[in-house]
Amino acid sequence: MSSTAVDTHGHGHAHDQHDAHHGPRGIMRWITTTNHKEIGTLYMCFSLVMLFIGGGMAMLIRLELFQPGLQFFNPSFFNSMTTVHALIMVFGMIMPAFAGFANWFIPLQIGAPDMALPRLNNWSFWLLPFAGIMLLMTLFMPGGGPAGGWTLYPPLVLQTGDAFPFAMFAIHLLGVSSILAAINIIVTIMNMRAPGMTLLKMPMFTWTWLITAYLLLLAMPVLAGGVTMLITDRFFGTSFFSAAGGGDPVLFQHIFWFFGHPEVYIIILPAFGIVSEIIPTFARKPLFGYAAMVYATASIAFLSLVVWAHHMFTVGMPLGGQLFFMLSTMLIAIPTGVKVFNWTATLWKGSLSFETPMLYALAFLFLFTLGGFSGLMLAMVPADIQYHDTYFVVAHFHYVLVPGALFGVFAGTYYWLPKMTGHMYDETLGKTHFWLTTIFVNVTFFPQHFLGLAGMPRRIPDYATQFTDFNMISSIGAFGLGLSQLLFVYVIVKCARGGPKASAQVWEGAHGLEWTVPSPAPHHTFDEPPVVK
Amino acid sequence: MKNRKRFLPRALAISGLASAGPAWSDLALNMTPGVTAMSREIYDLHMLTLWICVVIGVGVYGVMVYSILKFRKSKGAVPAKFTHSYTVEVIWTVIPALILVLMAIPAARTLIRMQDTRGSELTIKVTGFQWRWQYDYIDDGVRFFSTLKRDSNAARKLGSGIDPNTVEHYLLDVDNALVVPVNTKVRLLVTASDVLHAWWMPAFGVKQDAIPGYINEAWFNAETEGVYRGQCAELCGMDHGFMPIVVRVTSRDEYNTWLSSQRTQTSSLAQAQ
Repeated sequence: MSSTAVDTHGHGHAHDQHDAHHGPRGIMRWITTTNHKEIGTLYMCFSLVMLFIGGGMAMLIRLELFQPGLQFFNPSFFNSMTTVHALIMVFGMIMPAFAGFANWFIPLQIGAPDMALPRLNNWSFWLLPFAGIMLLMTLFMPGGGPAGGWTLYPPLVLQTGDAFPFAMFAIHLLGVSSILAAINIIVTIMNMRAPGMTLLKMPMFTWTWLITAYLLLLAMPVLAGGVTMLITDRFFGTSFFSAAGGGDPVLFQHIFWFFGHPEVYIIILPAFGIVSEIIPTFARKPLFGYAAMVYATASIAFLSLVVWAHHMFTVGMPLGGQLFFMLSTMLIAIPTGVKVFNWTATLWKGSLSFETPMLYALAFLFLFTLGGFSGLMLAMVPADIQYHDTYFVVAHFHYVLVPGALFGVFAGTYYWLPKMTGHMYDETLGKTHFWLTTIFVNVTFFPQHFLGLAGMPRRIPDYATQFTDFNMISSIGAFGLGLSQLLFVYVIVKCARGGPKASAQVWEGAHGLEWTVPSPAPHHTFDEPPVVK
Repeated sequence: MKNRKRFLPRALAISGLASAGPAWSDLALNMTPGVTAMSREIYDLHMLTLWICVVIGVGVYGVMVYSILKFRKSKGAVPAKFTHSYTVEVIWTVIPALILVLMAIPAARTLIRMQDTRGSELTIKVTGFQWRWQYDYIDDGVRFFSTLKRDSNAARKLGSGIDPNTVEHYLLDVDNALVVPVNTKVRLLVTASDVLHAWWMPAFGVKQDAIPGYINEAWFNAETEGVYRGQCAELCGMDHGFMPIVVRVTSRDEYNTWLSSQRTQTSSLAQAQ
């Protein structure tokens, strides 16, 4: 949708960039494409569709929670909504959105003509729609969709009806897609950097994606293993997780969170990268402590592999285990703090302007930090005993995922949309979208802290009457948040169709190779590598 | 439907802060300290962490807001050229590390006490079922199920037409409460028969997962008589939201009377079978 490079032929470019698109037209062009920009666009369009499907489910959840009593759905359907909402948003929305940015901008940022493995790239994308459709189909199967939570804890998940194998296979496909994309990104960054672009000269977005890709390679196969064990427990008579057969239900939780915690950083690190691109651009000042930022990102990634059981403080771990996971979790606050301080120091004595991407980056800075604070509180094991599985946790992870990861996606979209479409987006509408979204995000999720502290468990379709008021506020916020996103689509469509011509540099303070190619970026760029000094 | 009627005034009360009053009276903003030494310790730790976060937040957000207001291009700000400073970077790595150590010490102390189940005077086995709890006073031969109370259960059905606000302790009341004596260290052996559950009593600072094949330990020592309410805290299927936990903390005498009446019931049940 946003890639119209082919139709608007650029004129008189240097020999290393040309627009010509050869090959099939129409739908076959998109199915067979191996062009990194087109695949990036496909990823982003898929992600946008999933944002609305997952968001629609969130609105149904908030509709049922608007007041006590069951008004609209039975509890099973409610549970499948929370489960599928999470799976869609994590695997179908946030991850593909960042994979889309990776496809578009990693080659442009490192001066490569395309991804290293273009056909694999095509396949990693085209697995997604099938996996997504299979996952959504499960909602219409006998016994309903998966309703045991996105964490898939056995034995409950094994009670899923006919949907079980389909949901598991969908997760396998999503995992394969991510692993292939990760391999491609690593190979591209390691082999195809322009002459002179040493690792420590790479833009932060490329750096964070490199680290993310390694995390994906480490984490996704573990999830695949856990899911496979669930399948064999259900269909082939094994007892990995069944106590009655000598297995261990807690083993699954360890496996799941060994994937699940790195996954949290897989989701947030690319957003760190995007924000690290945007803040220097609009502060007109280089990123403060670039090397420290790289090392902090790598430390976060390393630590994310040794903190998984902080999701399991109530399972009955021995004291030593609880202490270890508490301390390792608290350590993450140090590199994360470094990142926040460095972004703030980049603002310090800059020359700031507040276009939509910058507004989103600043909101990210404020609200992600807030999510970080509640994360620190959750790390304290004794306090976590009270917070665990309440709305406090729901508030915490939505603060890091929505104004964290999702705002990273919004910021990146506004930042790079002129490069992708060749037009400036409508700044007034962009800012309106920003303010509506930011206000409603807080109306939705801030009261959930109070609900959790007051004792409301998560994943319940109905609640005691003392929780009514904050639930109403939260639901009103959620409806506003959902509806505001229609404006986002309108801004993108409007920008793709036309608007003031964007210059190659687009933003006054922008630096980096992606701003040296014309806007829209031609179909093929950097046929001859640029030289980085 | 009846509950639609209370809906509008409530929604209005929320939208207009000026009309605060009864509608806001039940808005709890914070954790409650609870009625055990452990729950108060947890509360203090929670408040300590919260205030540390508030102080750091005021500092960090202050600098951000100041920068946003002060260093605007529209006000003619000229960007500085600096790119890093080892001194500041070392400072803001070391200071957070020290703060974390300060936080970890009380947390570890509380955690060690929390795990110490020695010296209990009463042991109760708690078993989670889909969707009710079973309590087994293993030394006294008393065992019973605890299920969501009937009026709540009728009101919570889809399209029941019963306003939850008219039901006393909606979703938080059971037919048979767990009864324990006051000022007694009670040890819980928590397990489950089908899927995962979690036994959570906020006022005691106890949350323990109930896992098939595992017997997890937890303990509390309630210091105030009264009725305390909690809920299952681990998603356990369709009726996860409808298996509350009620504990009645009574005087030692009242507890003994209750126990002997339960014993008679249990033995007459056994004879009848």
